[in-house]
Amino acid sequence: MADGTGGTGAGEHLSAAAEDLGFSSKAEVLAKSQKFWNPGKTRFWMGTGVDLVIDRREGYYLYDMSGKRLIDVHLNGGTYNLGHRNPEVVRAVTAAMGHFDIGNHHFPSMARTALAEALVRSAPPGLTKVVYGSGGGEAIDIALKTARHVTKKRKIVSIIKAYHGHTGLAVATGDERFSELFLADRPEEFPHVPFNDLAAMEDALRGRDVAAVIMETIPATYGFPLPEPGYLEAVKALCERYDALYIADEVQTGLMRTGELWGITKHGIDPDILVTGKGISGGMYPIAAVLLSERCAGWLTEDGFGHISTFGGAELGCIAALKALEICDRPETRSMVHYIADAVGSGLRDIQQTYPDWFVGIRQNGVVMGLEFDHPQGATYVMRRLYEGGVWAIFSTLDPRVLQYKPGILLSADQCEELLMRTATAIGRARDDAARDGWRGGSPARRTTGTATAAAAPVPPAASGVSTDADGAYVTTRNGRRVPVRTTVPVRKAVTR
Amino acid sequence: MTSGLLDGPFGDAVLTEPAGVPRGRAMLERAEWAARAFARYDLATVDRVVRAAAAAGAAHADEFARRAVEETGFGVAEHKRLKNLACSTGLLEAYAGHDYVSVRVDHESKIVEIPRPAGVVLALTPSTNPVATVYFKILLSLMTRNAVVVCPHPLARSVCADAARVMAEAAVAAGAPDGCVQWVGEPSVPLLNALMTDERTDVVVATGGVQVVRAAYRSGNPAIGVGPGNVPVLVDATADLAAAARRIVDSKSFDNSVLCTNESVLLVEDAVADAFVKALGRAGAHLLTDDERDRVRDLLFPGGVFDTSCVGRDAVTLAGRAGVRVPAGTRVLLAPFDLVVPEEPLAHEKLCPVLGLVRVPTARSGIDAARAVLRISGAGHSAAVHSTDPATILAFGAAVRVLRVSVNTGASLGGSGLETNLAPTMTIGTGFFGRSSVGENLEPRHLVNHTRLAWNADPAVTMPDVTAATGSVWAPPTGPVPAYPHASNTSEAADVLRAAGAGVPAVPREPLSAESADLREEVRRMVVAELRRIVEG
Repeated sequence: MADGTGGTGAGEHLSAAAEDLGFSSKAEVLAKSQKFWNPGKTRFWMGTGVDLVIDRREGYYLYDMSGKRLIDVHLNGGTYNLGHRNPEVVRAVTAAMGHFDIGNHHFPSMARTALAEALVRSAPPGLTKVVYGSGGGEAIDIALKTARHVTKKRKIVSIIKAYHGHTGLAVATGDERFSELFLADRPEEFPHVPFNDLAAMEDALRGRDVAAVIMETIPATYGFPLPEPGYLEAVKALCERYDALYIADEVQTGLMRTGELWGITKHGIDPDILVTGKGISGGMYPIAAVLLSERCAGWLTEDGFGHISTFGGAELGCIAALKALEICDRPETRSMVHYIADAVGSGLRDIQQTYPDWFVGIRQNGVVMGLEFDHPQGATYVMRRLYEGGVWAIFSTLDPRVLQYKPGILLSADQCEELLMRTATAIGRARDDAARDGWRGGSPARRTTGTATAAAAPVPPAASGVSTDADGAYVTTRNGRRVPVRTTVPVRKAVTR
Repeated sequence: MTSGLLDGPFGDAVLTEPAGVPRGRAMLERAEWAARAFARYDLATVDRVVRAAAAAGAAHADEFARRAVEETGFGVAEHKRLKNLACSTGLLEAYAGHDYVSVRVDHESKIVEIPRPAGVVLALTPSTNPVATVYFKILLSLMTRNAVVVCPHPLARSVCADAARVMAEAAVAAGAPDGCVQWVGEPSVPLLNALMTDERTDVVVATGGVQVVRAAYRSGNPAIGVGPGNVPVLVDATADLAAAARRIVDSKSFDNSVLCTNESVLLVEDAVADAFVKALGRAGAHLLTDDERDRVRDLLFPGGVFDTSCVGRDAVTLAGRAGVRVPAGTRVLLAPFDLVVPEEPLAHEKLCPVLGLVRVPTARSGIDAARAVLRISGAGHSAAVHSTDPATILAFGAAVRVLRVSVNTGASLGGSGLETNLAPTMTIGTGFFGRSSVGENLEPRHLVNHTRLAWNADPAVTMPDVTAATGSVWAPPTGPVPAYPHASNTSEAADVLRAAGAGVPAVPREPLSAESADLREEVRRMVVAELRRIVEG
């Protein structure tokens, strides 16, 4: 199946959905996908050996058109936190469709108001109002526009290799790969600083010309490098010292994924703005939300029509979100996340002991996990073998050494055991694959607990702005200055294939 | 488009699930995690957990007894206090020295037994003995390393929730896994049915009405359900009449007859009947005239069906409601009738201090009458006999279709093991007679299976001495279960791992950099100021 042809061709069993859509084979879907939809993406996955066309989906299982079953630990960044087609969310949305539609975004609404109240009650103290977007990118744009309005300043500081979405302003906070493609990079207004580097952060803020610092509580697309203890707290203090707002991007770390409803509360930080998306939709109806402090919410009084979004806060989405939030915030769910985190964490550490030279690090906060491998493309190797073995987990786009491993928050104990068994096998096989391709386990065996900053990753300098030399990792700033990136583990030599 | 987007295992049921069920299912899922962890605990920790939960229950025995009476309107607070103590520290004493955890090695038979808990116990508890039954089922579950979800009768839900909470908190504080004791706050029949049939429920332990118990057996899950009682008590001519009268009145008035082991129909041999009725009168019973009996019958069984508003009311109150004058201090109403037949309402179970009275010509015919009582209801449950004739006592036991007979002692506390050496219980197994899977008083061992390792029986094959290895099969937890999910790069996470025995290097605790040290200090000061603000309000 990894031959790129996708599917078994004539005679394959097709789902009713495929037939309804007029397809006669998986190959036909793949061909037409390239022709009419997205040739780049379609070919990329076929080339990677992940020839997946998701058909049926149920709980934490995905089924390819071929019928192959996969345990989903990608979850689209937590969108499927509660599993696919969670029956409670399905029920809520289905029932709501008997009464609601998207709604009229100009008017007060029962659903929007009820969700806003529920979000405010759930959030860290100080957040008092809610603005809706139709997706995470729009929500980030709302947060950034709000920060500029409140502070009357333009600069937004983000982390190198941050990912906050691909809309107009959000894309400029992220990796140049995506902003330069569309001439949307604006380095003067959107300075990027290395993660876990307080000196660089303070340098960026010292001029008091920064509207806000935007931080994912754990940078997801960068492979979940963990903030060093005290780092986020110190960034918040710097924000206060230099009159910048702190925007917590909780799109991937919110909704109980860290074992608390909002990951930022584990740091004791009351952000000025908090953004949630993905999982708040229950995976059933797109919606995202921005929670604002009273200070930030002024524009909602000054000009309530300041941000107009026809689909933002769609009422069906609000119903899905109310249910998703309620499920996430149950004491039972919190307890289960602690159990799952404990079980999967210790299971992964056991696997690590078998392959200490290859599986070199586990970054974990609750069920937010990044698995580090001793190869620049390590996660791609593992992803391929996991896929073959019935598990879907994705590499980190901005650090393919690291596999994003995101178990669902309602995973059962049996599912955890099965997941770990499949994972152990795949990691071992991926190690053999890498060895066949010339990997020799060149670096001394080591284990990390996630403290390694992302800068330890030997990413190509052109793509990341992070370079390494004999002195360690450094970032070259736009004015040519070299800023060392702190790491707590020795920076390894780049592994060549 | 015809594709059924709601296809799949949930189907259309997704759209019809009653309120409260999703939350209930979440409890079972959490319980399953807890049960997995608990099943690996060692004996010392289990003992500590059980002791803590029992002590917490005992400390609230009085408070919850009073609250149970207030909430349900049933019973006698002082008697409920005694039951709450019996089912907390009392159980601890009864099962002191019992071990449902350790691996047992039998060198003779070459068999090793490894206790394996059921997993998730769904405990249905009644309104009549609410707190005692909650305590009882929780402690049995904890003794056997099971997780338990308590589903109380709606009439007693508030006090039962608090009773479960008190034990849960004490158990977890003593090291039990989080979620090993949970309770349903808003019980309902649809919710109960959903939980009983859920595949995460490993065993249903049902105490309650016939319908609930039958539903438990229909659930498709293993169930220990107990049928209703309807207790015949025979007093023959050889009995110590004064003692028997005292014991029967004490038992029948205990907690106003809400224990399902309470006497229902008194069968007394004609030769001593008059003397015995007098003795009963001296002990606090009031013999109703035929007219009074009819009024009491009409009160208890309007239209032939027992009125549950009479459950657990005291004798004087019932008499008042029936318009019958009785002396103050009357504890039991004696309702005479002729024949034990189904159409006689007074021959049915009465969870209140009204005792049917039937004169029988001989002990032999008394045994037949006792069989008749149990044909109406209560098969497999309890009976009592007051006699000094071993032949009568044995004949009674061999003929009457019950699985426990209290001999020369009150049935309420005798059958439930509080005044006999039967297993002390709030759940009476009615066995095959009573269409139940258990024929004994429910005790901890009913909630645990054993994996048996069996070597070849051939005398030439020897079993190695595995005794030394048995000690390492179970282990105490190394911290809270589950561990709090600290980020893996924090010193707290490293501490957890080290406690668990993993070879983890200490995480450096030095500040981020010299430059940031003052920043940290500032953060610390801000946090302290904030805390002070909160504390000082």
